[in-house]
Amino acid sequence: MSHAGGLAVDLRGVSQRHPKLMAGGGRRASWLGIAAVAFATSIAACCMALDISWSRFFNGFGELGRIVGLMFPPEYGTTTRFVLWCKSLGETLSIAFLGTLCAAVLAFPLSLLAARNVMPDWLARFVVRRCLDTIRGVNTLIWALIWINVVGLGPFAGMLAIMTTDLGTCGKLFSEAFEAADPKPGEGVISAGGSGLHRIRFGLIPQVMPVLLSQILYLIESNTRSATIIGIVGAGGIGQHLTEAIRTLEWHEVSFLVLMILVTVATIDFISARIRFAIIGNPPTNDKAS
Amino acid sequence: MSTVLLTLPDARLEALRRAYDRARGRKRTQTILAFALIASGVTVSYLVADVRIGTLLSHSDRMLDYLVRLFQLENKDPVWTDPVEWFWGIGKWSRLIAETLVIAYLGTVVGTIGAFALSFCAATNLVSSRIARSLARRILEFCRTVPELVFALLFVAAFGLGPLPGILALAIHTLGALGKQFAEVIENADISPFEAVSAAGGTWIQSVRFAILPQVLSNFASYGLLRFEINVRESAILGFVGAGGIGQDLLVAVRRFYYSDVSAIVLMIIVTVAIIDILTERVRRHLIGREQSV
Repeated sequence: MSHAGGLAVDLRGVSQRHPKLMAGGGRRASWLGIAAVAFATSIAACCMALDISWSRFFNGFGELGRIVGLMFPPEYGTTTRFVLWCKSLGETLSIAFLGTLCAAVLAFPLSLLAARNVMPDWLARFVVRRCLDTIRGVNTLIWALIWINVVGLGPFAGMLAIMTTDLGTCGKLFSEAFEAADPKPGEGVISAGGSGLHRIRFGLIPQVMPVLLSQILYLIESNTRSATIIGIVGAGGIGQHLTEAIRTLEWHEVSFLVLMILVTVATIDFISARIRFAIIGNPPTNDKAS
Repeated sequence: MSTVLLTLPDARLEALRRAYDRARGRKRTQTILAFALIASGVTVSYLVADVRIGTLLSHSDRMLDYLVRLFQLENKDPVWTDPVEWFWGIGKWSRLIAETLVIAYLGTVVGTIGAFALSFCAATNLVSSRIARSLARRILEFCRTVPELVFALLFVAAFGLGPLPGILALAIHTLGALGKQFAEVIENADISPFEAVSAAGGTWIQSVRFAILPQVLSNFASYGLLRFEINVRESAILGFVGAGGIGQDLLVAVRRFYYSDVSAIVLMIIVTVAIIDILTERVRRHLIGREQSV
C-alpha cells in the first residue's frame, strides 16, 4: 500500500517536472475512442446490411450445438464404405501431389521469364507476371468447374485445377526466389567465360534450388487441404463424400470424415516439415497459409 | 616461361580421389533415391487420380472453345462489341461483390479478435503452463486444418442460407491461421521489457500490454491485412455452398452455360481482388516502413 502511494507521489512530481512528456495521453485516448466508435459503427452497419439479427445468431448456435452433439461418436457405417472413403482420400493426396508437381515443372520456365535478373526485357516480364496474377486470382474451385467441362467429372479435373492455380502461385514464388538470389556467383561464371545460359544454370539455379524445393513441399501441404474440398464441385477426392454426408445430415459420418482429413493433413504436414528441414535447415517462414 | 606443377605422391592422390569419389557417390545415391521416390509417387498418383492424358489432348480444343465462348455473347458476337449486354447484371453483381467484401471484412475482424486473444495464450515465452499452451495450440490447429468450405457447409446447415454462415466459417479459419502467425510474432519479440514490467510489479496483463503489445502490433496489423486479402478471394467462392456473396451466381452461370456472364463475373472478381491487393499492399508497406524507422 505504502509502496503504491510512494509511486503515485513520484508520478505527480515527474509530471510537474516534465509536463510536455506527461501530457498528450488525453488527446491520444480521444483519437482511440473515435476510432473505436467508427469501427463499432462499421461493424454494426455491415451486420444491418447483411440482415444479421441476434435471434438468428443465437438460434443458429443452439442448432449448431445440437449438430455437434449428434456428431459423437464418429462412425463410418459399413466396411465397404470405409474402403471407399480411403480410396477417395488417396485420390485427394494424388491430386495434391501430382497437381503441385506438374505446376512446379510448368512454372519453372515461366518464373525465369518473370525474374528481373534473368529477363531484362520489362515488357515480357510484365506480360508474364500479369498472366500469372490472373491465373492466381481465379480460385481453384472455379478452375475445377472449368476443367470439368473439358475432361468430365472426376479427380483428373481436380488435378488440373490444382495445377492451374498453382502455376500462378509457383511462378510468383519462384521468380521472387530468383530475384532474391546473390548475383555474385553468376558474375563469376560470366567472368570465367560462361554464356548467359551458363550463368543461369551454374550461378543461379544451384542457389535457389533448395528454396524452390521447400516451397514445393509447402504447396503440397497447402494443396492437400484444397484437395479435400475440391470434391464439392465434383472434381474427385474426399470432399464429395463429405458434402454428401452433410447434405443428408449423417452427422456421425461427417465427424468421421473430418477426423480422417485432420489425421491425413497432420501426417502430410509432419512428413513435409521433416523433409523441408532436411533440405533447407530452418523452419518455414512462408505466409501463404491457406 | 615454364610452369612447375606440384604433384602429390601417388599414394596420397589415391586416398584423396577415393574420398572424393565416396562423397560424389553418396550424393549421387541420394539424388537417385529421391528421383525414384518421386517417380513412384507420380506413378501411384497417376493411377489413383485417374489421369487421362489422351482425353486431355483430344479435348484440348474444348478448353480453347470454352475460353473463346466465354468472351462471346448469346449471338456469338465478341463481348466487347456490346459491353451493356455483357455486363447486363452489373447492378446485382456489384451488390453481391459488395456483400462478398463485407463477408470478408467481418470474417477477418471477428477472426482477428479471436486470434489476438488466443495467440498470447499459445506463445511459449509468455505462458509457462504447458497445458494452457498446448490447449490453445490444438484449438488453433483444428481451426486452421478444417477447410473453410467444410465449416461453411456445416454452418449453412445450422444457421440457414445466407452470409452469416460464410462470415463464421471465414472467422474460424482466420482465427486458426492468424493465431499461429501472431504467436510466432510474439515469440520473436524481445522478452526483456516484459520481464522489466513484471519485475516492477506489473500483472501479466499489464506486462503484455506495455511490453509486448507495442512490439508486435504493426506486425499483427500487417498479417491481418494479408489475411483480409486472402479472405476476399475465399469469400468469392463461399456462395458455392450457399454461404452468401457472388459465388452463388457464378456457380449458376457456370452450371447453366451462361458463358458471357461467367466471364463478366470472374472479371469483376479479379478486378476487385486486384484493387484490394494494391490497397492493402500500400497500407502494409506503410506499416512495415514505420516499424523499421522506429
